[in-house]
Amino acid sequence: MTRSTRPALTPPPWPRRRFIGALAAAAAAPAAAQFRVEITGIGGNQIPVAIATFRDEASAPVPVAAIVRADLQRSGLFRIVDAGGSFDENSRITVAEWRGRGADALAVGSVSRLADGRYDVRFKLWDLVKGEELVGQSHAALPADMRLAAHRIADSIYQNLTGERGVFSTRIAYVTRAGGRYSLHVTDADGEGGQIALASPDPIISPAWAPNGKELAYVSFESQKAVVWLQDVLSGQRRMLANFRGSNSAPAWSPDGRELALTLSRDAVAQLYLISRDGGTPRRITNSQAIDTEPVFTPDGRQIYFVSDRGGGPQIYRMPADGGSAERVSFSGSYNISPAISPDARTLAYITRQGSAFKVMVQELSGGTPIAITDTNDDESPSFAPNGRLLVYTSRAGGRDVLMTTTLDGKIKSRLLTTGADMREPAWGPFGR
Amino acid sequence: MQHTRRTFSGAVLAVALGALFAGCSTTKLDEAAPVESRNVPADGSSATGGAGGPGTAQSSVATVDLSKQGTGAATGLLAQRTVFFDFDSFVVKDEYRPMLEAHAKVLSANRGKRMTLEGHTDERGGREYNLALGQKRADAVLRSMVLLGVQEMQLEAVSFGEEKPAVPGSDEAAWAKNRRVELKDR
Repeated sequence: MTRSTRPALTPPPWPRRRFIGALAAAAAAPAAAQFRVEITGIGGNQIPVAIATFRDEASAPVPVAAIVRADLQRSGLFRIVDAGGSFDENSRITVAEWRGRGADALAVGSVSRLADGRYDVRFKLWDLVKGEELVGQSHAALPADMRLAAHRIADSIYQNLTGERGVFSTRIAYVTRAGGRYSLHVTDADGEGGQIALASPDPIISPAWAPNGKELAYVSFESQKAVVWLQDVLSGQRRMLANFRGSNSAPAWSPDGRELALTLSRDAVAQLYLISRDGGTPRRITNSQAIDTEPVFTPDGRQIYFVSDRGGGPQIYRMPADGGSAERVSFSGSYNISPAISPDARTLAYITRQGSAFKVMVQELSGGTPIAITDTNDDESPSFAPNGRLLVYTSRAGGRDVLMTTTLDGKIKSRLLTTGADMREPAWGPFGR
Repeated sequence: MQHTRRTFSGAVLAVALGALFAGCSTTKLDEAAPVESRNVPADGSSATGGAGGPGTAQSSVATVDLSKQGTGAATGLLAQRTVFFDFDSFVVKDEYRPMLEAHAKVLSANRGKRMTLEGHTDERGGREYNLALGQKRADAVLRSMVLLGVQEMQLEAVSFGEEKPAVPGSDEAAWAKNRRVELKDR
């Protein structure tokens, strides 16, 4: 984080109206979803920021300032400074007083109900070091989008203070199992505001977001075998993408969204194929006597990383996306699976087995040493946030599968909302929805 | 792993297609009771033994799933429908040969008959990799049955990976029961 190089931003004209209510993020988020942040670890070099409770936010269906604070905290880049007192975007800010409280930045705002039922959410961000206003915004949001409005404020703060895009308004898909039922959930990046995209008596695994954030591919066992489906998130419309003889699994979208890589057993136990998003005949791209699975495209779409046990145990390999010879990428350990590539293509995350433990590893692709970033023993399925700053993964705590986020250095971890169900197979969606 | 231990496809039942019937160590249907998969004993004690074998425990109960067996209850070797595997192994052990031969004979005699071979792993490791490992086990059983004269088109090898354990638990006893291929009529 290079705060000193931050450009001095000219405040935009205020009030600037952005209507996000029109984004039909389906109906009915629960009014007051339970709110809890469990964060472990201390990051160095965090920006101390104060987020005052928004004036009249108690009238809104969600606690706006608390959501913003938790988002910023979870990112690992901010330290929350207490902002006791009543303020809004019109309050006179005494910079020296806030500096005295130890804050480098301050967000203040208000919530007010509009005649049409929406909420007007306003906020202003102060750079206390420079003593200037960085941004002032006003959003009109439907009640069901108030959580999204809060995440967008957190994104704005994040971007203005770090120069990078925030991921708080992105979404995560994951699978729960409870009472013998399986559900594919789509939630905000903080695990809240969840909605169910698919409910099934049979297992669901390997959800994968289309690059446009509108569709999910996943594997469902509803026909008593593994079949790859595509589903439009907003409408719920779904169709089979791959239902060939044997198993069909591990879908991965190409960055242009036009085709998917997947694992089929139609010709051999498990080999990689490419198939158009519209279906049709799959084209085989690996030809090994071994298991090849878990493909994932590099961000430029030119290479595929995947898991193969052609050398004995499962290891991570890479190959040209249209086929060709593969080279091994993982060398330490005898069991390395579930590769994920960061959006900047610099970092590989994967799961390694150490003894009987499974841990999240991070490795610089330019040739760094793999580093274990968790101290838990049952980690699965790492997935990068679209800005590459966080990973979400499955771990185990209290006899349940839980979802965790972590910074890439492993220093700041946060457990997403616990529901009492097993939560697994997380897939972090792209920017935009 | 005890190969005398029996699991039955009925034990897995997620389908509420029909009632399951419990009979006492033979396939005689003298008692009928709906059974849920969750009620299947997880421990080895009541699952050991099996219909017809020597030294069968007197208190053992064999489940016959009529919804899966088609006409009547299969007896003897045909009642066996599960192949268990050693850890990290895909070798169909010789002890399953008589059972596979019996099923192969039925399939060879009736070319219209179809069977699904459903591979499973224990819970350890990644879900997708385990799906492929289960597929490899199912494929190994398929190859064995093709060698015994079954036409490949009569069989489909599929996998559930670690998703449908036969028994719950996170110890070797449970894992051994979950590393399996189930033979299911279609």
